[in-house]
Amino acid sequence: MNLSRLVTARRNPKGWHWTDVAAYAYLLLGVVLMFGPVLWLVLSSFKTQASLLEFPPSLLPLSQKEVTVPGYPQPLLLFKVTMEDGTTRELAQIRRVGVQAQMINPADPSQQFRVAIDKRTPVREFSLATKNYTEPLERFAFPRFLANSVIVTVVATLITLLINSMAAYALSIYEFKGKNAAMLMVIGTLMIPITIILVPVYLVVTKLGLVNSLWAVILPGAATPTGVFLLRQYMLTLPRDLIEAARMDKASEWQIYWRIVMPLTLPALAVLTIFSIMWRWNEFLWPLAVLTKTEVYTLQIGLNAFQGELQTQWQYLLAMTVMTLTPVAVVFVFLQRFITTGIANTGMK
Amino acid sequence: MPYIFLLPNLLFFGLFVFVPIAINFVYSITGGPALFPSDRPYVGAGQYTYLFECGSYVDPSTCREDHFWRGVYNTLFFTFFQVATMVGLSLLTAIVLNMKIRGRGFFRAVYFFPVLLSPVVVALIWKWILQRDGLLNAAITGLGSDRILFLAEPGWAMFWAIFVSVWAHMGFYTLILLAGLQAIPSDIYEAAEMDATPRWRVFWRLTLPLLWPNLIVVVVLSLIRAVQTFDEVFVLTGGGPGTSTLMVVQYIYETAFSNQVQNFGLAAAASLVLGIVLFALTLAQLAFTQRKSS
Amino acid sequence: MKTTKMLLGCALFAVGLGMSQAYAQTTLRMTWYSDGNEGEVMTDLLRRFEEQNKDIKVVLDQVPFKAINENLPVQLAAGQGPDLARVADLGGVARYMLDLRPHLKDPAYFETNFGPFLEWMRLPGDSSSIPGYMTQLTLTGPFVNKTLFEQANVQMPGPKATWEEWATAAKNVAAKVQAPFPIAIDRSGHRFFSLAITQGAKLFDDKGEPAVVDEGFKRGAQLVFDWHKNGVMSKELWGSVAGSAYRGANDEFKNAQVVLYESGSWQIGQFDKTIGDAFDWVAVPTPCGPANCSGMPGGAALVGIKTTQHPKEVARLIEYLASENVAAEFYERSLFVPGHLGLAKKGLEYKSASPQGKAALKVFSEGVSQLSPVANKLQGYVHNRVIFNAVISRLGQAIAGESSLDEAYKRIEADVQQQIAERTKK
Repeated sequence: MNLSRLVTARRNPKGWHWTDVAAYAYLLLGVVLMFGPVLWLVLSSFKTQASLLEFPPSLLPLSQKEVTVPGYPQPLLLFKVTMEDGTTRELAQIRRVGVQAQMINPADPSQQFRVAIDKRTPVREFSLATKNYTEPLERFAFPRFLANSVIVTVVATLITLLINSMAAYALSIYEFKGKNAAMLMVIGTLMIPITIILVPVYLVVTKLGLVNSLWAVILPGAATPTGVFLLRQYMLTLPRDLIEAARMDKASEWQIYWRIVMPLTLPALAVLTIFSIMWRWNEFLWPLAVLTKTEVYTLQIGLNAFQGELQTQWQYLLAMTVMTLTPVAVVFVFLQRFITTGIANTGMK
Repeated sequence: MPYIFLLPNLLFFGLFVFVPIAINFVYSITGGPALFPSDRPYVGAGQYTYLFECGSYVDPSTCREDHFWRGVYNTLFFTFFQVATMVGLSLLTAIVLNMKIRGRGFFRAVYFFPVLLSPVVVALIWKWILQRDGLLNAAITGLGSDRILFLAEPGWAMFWAIFVSVWAHMGFYTLILLAGLQAIPSDIYEAAEMDATPRWRVFWRLTLPLLWPNLIVVVVLSLIRAVQTFDEVFVLTGGGPGTSTLMVVQYIYETAFSNQVQNFGLAAAASLVLGIVLFALTLAQLAFTQRKSS
Repeated sequence: MKTTKMLLGCALFAVGLGMSQAYAQTTLRMTWYSDGNEGEVMTDLLRRFEEQNKDIKVVLDQVPFKAINENLPVQLAAGQGPDLARVADLGGVARYMLDLRPHLKDPAYFETNFGPFLEWMRLPGDSSSIPGYMTQLTLTGPFVNKTLFEQANVQMPGPKATWEEWATAAKNVAAKVQAPFPIAIDRSGHRFFSLAITQGAKLFDDKGEPAVVDEGFKRGAQLVFDWHKNGVMSKELWGSVAGSAYRGANDEFKNAQVVLYESGSWQIGQFDKTIGDAFDWVAVPTPCGPANCSGMPGGAALVGIKTTQHPKEVARLIEYLASENVAAEFYERSLFVPGHLGLAKKGLEYKSASPQGKAALKVFSEGVSQLSPVANKLQGYVHNRVIFNAVISRLGQAIAGESSLDEAYKRIEADVQQQIAERTKK
C-alpha cells in the first residue's frame, strides 16, 4: 500500500517485470558489496600471521599441512612438488639450503630428493588460528574492558535519549522567546566535530576532575546535536491536535512529553538509540585522551594496544576488531526488528 | 516551561562545546607550546595572518601554510561528490527496498550493517582489500591485468575515500528515506494510477515533494558528516598520496597533536575558521531548503 | 588457569586498593606501549619485582603507540601523567622527566652503562640528571633477502659497498625475480637520515643551530627522489601518505617482495618468528656514502615522571629494572639491541632467536661502533622530531609529484624554523 504500488502498477501480477529483476540484481550486488568486506574481515581474523601476508590471499584460513616421518622428531612441512619428469607428488621437506630443498617421501622415507624451491608449493588444509583470539584475551583484562564499554554505552545512551528528546520537545512543540537562538546553537554545534576541540574539552574535563573516570567519556558527547535535530524533525510531524486535546484534559507538560510525545516518537528514538550505541561503542580518539588507567579502559582502547610504534600485530588487531564488532552486531539484530516494526507502524498511519 | 526542557541539553552543550570553543578562541590569539591558556603569550591575529598568508588563494602551493589550503580544497571536492553520491544511492536503494520484495527485512539489514562499524574498522577492512596484495588486486590479476596501487594514485585514492565513506554511511540515510517513502499515503498513488500519469512524472511531482522533509534531513546530515570526515579517510589513505586526500580536519588534528611541537594556537585558529564557514553554509542551506519547501 | 590470567589485570588493582590500607602500599602506574612481546616480558619482570618489594605495586597500563606520541604530552602538560612511562620522543618529553639521581643508590652505575643515552633524555644545559634507562636501543640498517639474490644469481655487494652499488644490485635482482620493491626504506626521519648522513649531511652549523639542508642532505634527498623515478623504490611508502605518518615495508619484506629493506634492529624479532624457513634473510652493515657508513641510533626509554608522588619508589623500580641481570633478561627475551653499554660489551645470549636472528642481532650490535658523531648529535637534539617530520612530509610531497625538490628544501627550512620558534615562544 505504498510506493510499491507505483512501481508494480503496470506489471503482469503473475509474471516478472524487468523492474523486479533489476531490483533483485541491485539488492544481490548490495549483499556482496556490503557484507562481503565484513565477511572477509572475519575470515582473515582466523588466519595465521604468515598467511595474512600471502598473495594471492586464500579465501579460507588455511595452514600448511605437516606430516611426521619416522626418523624425524619434528613434524615436517608437506609440499606438492613438480619433479623433473613433469609429474607431481607430495613430499615432506627436511631442510632448505639456499635455493635447494631437501625433500623426503613421507610414504617411503628411504626416497630423498633435492628440489629447486620454486618447484614446490605448500599443501594446505583448513585450520582456524584461534590463537589470534585466545592469546590477547589471556593477556588483557577483557571482562573489565567489556564491562566498561557496556557501562559507557548504556549510561550515555540513556542520558542522550532523555536530554535530547527533552530539547527536541521544547524546540518542536513550543513557541517561545529565544527559540531561534536555541535552534541556531543546535545547528551550530552539529558542525563541530569533537576532533577539533579535543584539547579544550580535555582541559574542561581536567578541571572537573573527571580524568580517568568513565564519566569523562560519558558526559561530553551526551548532548548530541544530531539527536536533537533528528528527534525535532520527527516531532514536527506529530499531530498537534493530540497535544491540544491533552492540554484540554489538564495534563501537565511533563505528562504530555512523557506519556504522549515520547511513545509517538518511538521510531525516531529507536534510530537514535542505535546511533548512540554505535557512537559510544566505537569511540576511540576521545577515550584515548582521557583514559590512561587499565581499569577504566574501554574495549577500543584496550584492544588497540597492538598498534606499536614500528609495527602492528595484524593478526591480533583483526581478531580484536571482530571481538568488538560482535556485540554491536548482536544488538543490531535485536533492535533491527524493533525499528522495522516501528517504521512500519508509522507508515500505516 | 520550554526552558526547563531545554536546560539539561544546553548545559551539556555549554560545558563541552561552547566553553571549549571559547578556549579555542583564546588559543587562537595566543602562541607557544603551553597547554593552559593563562601560560600562553598573546599574539593577536598572528595565527590567522599566518594561516591566510597566500600568494593566491586558488593555488595552495603559494600559501605559507599550504597543507591547510590543500585540506580545504580536498574537503570541498570530497564533500561535493560524496554527498551527491550518497543522496543518489540512498534514494535509489530506498526506492528499491520499498518495492514488494521478498526478504525486505534482510536486505534492509544488509545495507544498514556497515553503519554500525567504527570508522577505524571500516577503513581497516577496505585498506585490507585495496592494498597491493589485497583481495581486489588478487581479483584483477586473476583476470589477467596488472595490479593497481589504489592508494598510491591520487585519483584512485580520492575515489576510494569517497566510495568507502558512502559505503559506510548510506544505510542510515536509506533508512530515513525509506521511512519517508512508507509514510506517503497510498491513495495518492492510486489516484495517479487512475489518471494514467507516467511513472517518472509521479515520482517527480508526487514522491519527491512528499519526501522533501526527509531529503532535507539527509542532505544536511550527510553534508555535515562529509565536511567532518577524518578517521575513515585518515586510516585508509593517511591523507596521501602526497596530500591529495588530506582533509581539513586531519590538518587540524595533526597540527594540534602529531607534531613534536603541538601547535594548539594554529590548530585552534584553523578550527574556528572552519567552524565559521560551516555555520554560514548551513544557515544558507537551511534558508534555501525552507523557502523551497514552503 | 586462563580465566585467572584474564582477570589478573583488574584483580591486581582491586588487591592493590585493598592492601594499600593494610600495608601502606604504594601503587605505581607505568604507561607502556609494545611493538612485539616486550609488554609480556615486562609484566613478568614486574611480578618478580613485586615479590621482592611487598610495599610496592606496579600497574602496567598498555596503550597503543599513538597515545604515547599524541596524548601523553597533553596529559603531562596538564599534570595528569603516570608515575613512569615508556617514551620514544626523548627530547620532546624531557621537560616532564623526573631526575632520579637523588633517589638512586648507585648513580654511577647509570653513568657508566647508560651515559651517552642519558644525554638524549636531558634538556640543553643539563648534564647531570638521570631520568631513566633505555628499554631498547635501536639502530637503523638494511635487511637483505639473500634467497632472492641466489635465485637471480647476482653477487651480493660486500660490507663496504655504497648505496649506489646496492641500488644497482637490488634492481638487477628484482628485475630477474620480479620482486616489486628493489629497495624499500621506511617512511621515517631516522631512516632517511641514516642515508643522508652517509652522504655527508651535517645538520647543524658551527654554533650548533639546525641547518638542515646542506650539500650532503641534498645528495641523500636526490638519491631517494631518483630511486622513486627509476623504479628502485615504490611510491607506496614515501609517496602514499601525507604529513609525518610512518610507513614500513616489514610485511612486504616478510612476503619476499623486497630485495633490500632499510629499516632497523627492532624488526628482527618478528622476522625471526614469521619468515621462518621461507627464505634466508641477513642484516648487513649500513651501505657507505662519501662521508661514512653510519646508521642512525634511536630507541625508547623508561623514565620517571616529575609529577609522581612517589619518586623514591619510582627510583627503586627503575634501579631494579636497569640492573644488569634484569635488563639482560629483558633485552634477550624481547630480541632487542641492548641500550646498556656493559651488556653490549659482554654480548647477550638471545636464546629464543634462530641462528639467522642471532647473526642479525650481532650485525646491529656491531653497527653501534660505526655511528658518526652527527648521527648521535641528531638523536640527542631536543627538536629532532621537528626536523624529521618536516623532512618526511615535504620529501613525500616531492616524491608524490606535488612539488619540486627545490621547493621541498625551502619548505623544510621554513617548517623547521617556524616550529622551533613556536616552541620556544614564551
